[in-house]
Amino acid sequence: MTAIVDYGVGNLFSLSCSLSYIGEEAKITGDRREIIAADRIILPGVGAFGDAAGKLTSTGLGEAVREAARAGKPLLGICLGMQLLFEYSEEFGRHEGLGLLRGHVVPVSSRPGFDARLKIPHIGWNPLIIMPGKPLLKYTSDGDCVYFVHSYCAVGCDESLAAVTEYSVPLTAAVQKDNICGCQFHPEKSGNTGLDILRAFCGKDRGARQC
Amino acid sequence: MITKRIIPCLDVKDGRVVKGINFKGLGDVASPVELAEYYSDAGADELVFYDITASAEGRRLFTDVLTRTASKVFIPLTVGGGINTVEDFDRVLKCGADKVSVNSGAIRDPSLVERAAARYGSQCVVLSADVARVDGGFRVFARGGREDTGMEAISWIRGCVERGAGEVVVNSIDTDGVKRGFDLELLGAVCECVNVPVIASGGAGSVEHFIELFEKLPGVDAGLAASVFHFGEIKINELKAEMAARGIPARLQSAKE
Repeated sequence: MTAIVDYGVGNLFSLSCSLSYIGEEAKITGDRREIIAADRIILPGVGAFGDAAGKLTSTGLGEAVREAARAGKPLLGICLGMQLLFEYSEEFGRHEGLGLLRGHVVPVSSRPGFDARLKIPHIGWNPLIIMPGKPLLKYTSDGDCVYFVHSYCAVGCDESLAAVTEYSVPLTAAVQKDNICGCQFHPEKSGNTGLDILRAFCGKDRGARQC
Repeated sequence: MITKRIIPCLDVKDGRVVKGINFKGLGDVASPVELAEYYSDAGADELVFYDITASAEGRRLFTDVLTRTASKVFIPLTVGGGINTVEDFDRVLKCGADKVSVNSGAIRDPSLVERAAARYGSQCVVLSADVARVDGGFRVFARGGREDTGMEAISWIRGCVERGAGEVVVNSIDTDGVKRGFDLELLGAVCECVNVPVIASGGAGSVEHFIELFEKLPGVDAGLAASVFHFGEIKINELKAEMAARGIPARLQSAKE
C-alpha cells in the first residue's frame, strides 16, 4: 500500500487514480501511523513552499515522512513535494525543507544563462535527459516527454540528479538517492511515460500495463 | 525544448459529446470517456471539456463524466462552461480537472479570476476569450460569442492575466468554422501583450494551418480544435509527426506495446 500524504495542499484525486490504474493500492492519509506503516510514501504538493513546509511541520507529518524515509522506506516527492525534500527554498524568503536530499530550491528565472523571454511558469511537455543507473527511470528513455508546471527548481543536487530537462538552461527534472526519489513534473499527468515512472517506484512490472 | 501542445476540445451536453463524430474503432462515438481515451492514445497533449448543459441534472452527469475520464486518462484536463463562482472551480477540480477555464463568468465578475487564482494558483485558471473584429478593432464577446461586450479584447486579456490568469485561450469568432487557418493577426497581438501560455483556437482546417501557426507565431504554445479532430479530417498522430518533421518541437508517442 502506498500512502499519499494529505497535508491540505493540492488535488490528490488524479494521483490516487493513476496508482489504482497501475494496480497499486493507494490511501490518501493525514495519519502519521498510516504513513509510517505504509510500504511506500508519496509526498505531493502544489502552491507555495513556505505554506507547505509550515503545514508539514505543524501537522507533524513532515517528521513522519522523514522518519519513514530514514528507515529506508521508498519516498517519492512530486512537484512541490520534490522541492520539499531538499534543505531549503528561496521562494519568498528562506524556508527550511525536510533536508532529506542535499540541494536547495531557487527561481527558474534566476538560473545563470536563463533566457528571460521564456515564459514563467514553465508549463507543458518537455523531454527528459536521463542520468544512468537510476531505478526510478528504468522504464524511461531519453527524449520521453513529461508534463511540468513550476516556477522554482532544485539546484546543488548533483548527488541525487536522475534527469534534467532543457528550458534554455538545464533544469532538475527528477532525483533519486537510494530510497528517496522526486519528480519536478507530474507523473500522474504525463501519459504512459508518467505511469511507467509510477510503476518503477511502486515495484510494478511494466508488462502489467493495461492497453 | 518545450513542445507545442495539440488540444482537442469536446463539447459535452447531458453527459454526451455533441457534434457529429465519426471514428472507426470507437464503440460509443458520443461517450466523452471513450473519446478522451482515443485522443490520449493518439497523442493529444491535453483535453478540454466544455460543459454546455443548462440543467442541474446535466451538470451532475458532466461531473460524473469528468470523474470517469480522470480515472483512465492521465494527461492534463481543462474544464470550461458554466464556471461563474469559486465554488464551480471547486466542484470540477474535485472531480479530476487540472485547470478551469472562465469566459462569460469573468466578464460578469472580473474578480472571479483573482479570487480563483488566489485560492488554487494561477496555473489552474485559464482565461478563454471569444474575440471578433468590430469597427476595425478587436472586441470581446460573451455568452458563447453571441453578445458584444463593447470591451477592447487585447486590454481585456492583458487585465485578466494581471489578475492571475495563468493561460489564455484565444478563440477567433471571425475564423472559427471557416477552416482557412488560425487568426494570426489577433494571436500575434495577444502574444505581444502577455507572458503566459497562449492557446490558439478557431480556424484550423488542415495540418498545414497548425504548421503555419507555430512557424509564424513562436509565442503561441498550443493549438486547439474540435470538429476537424472529431471528424478525422486531421489525425493527431499524423499532425504531430508532420510538426516534428518540420522542426516544430512536438511530443511523439512512444510505440504502444
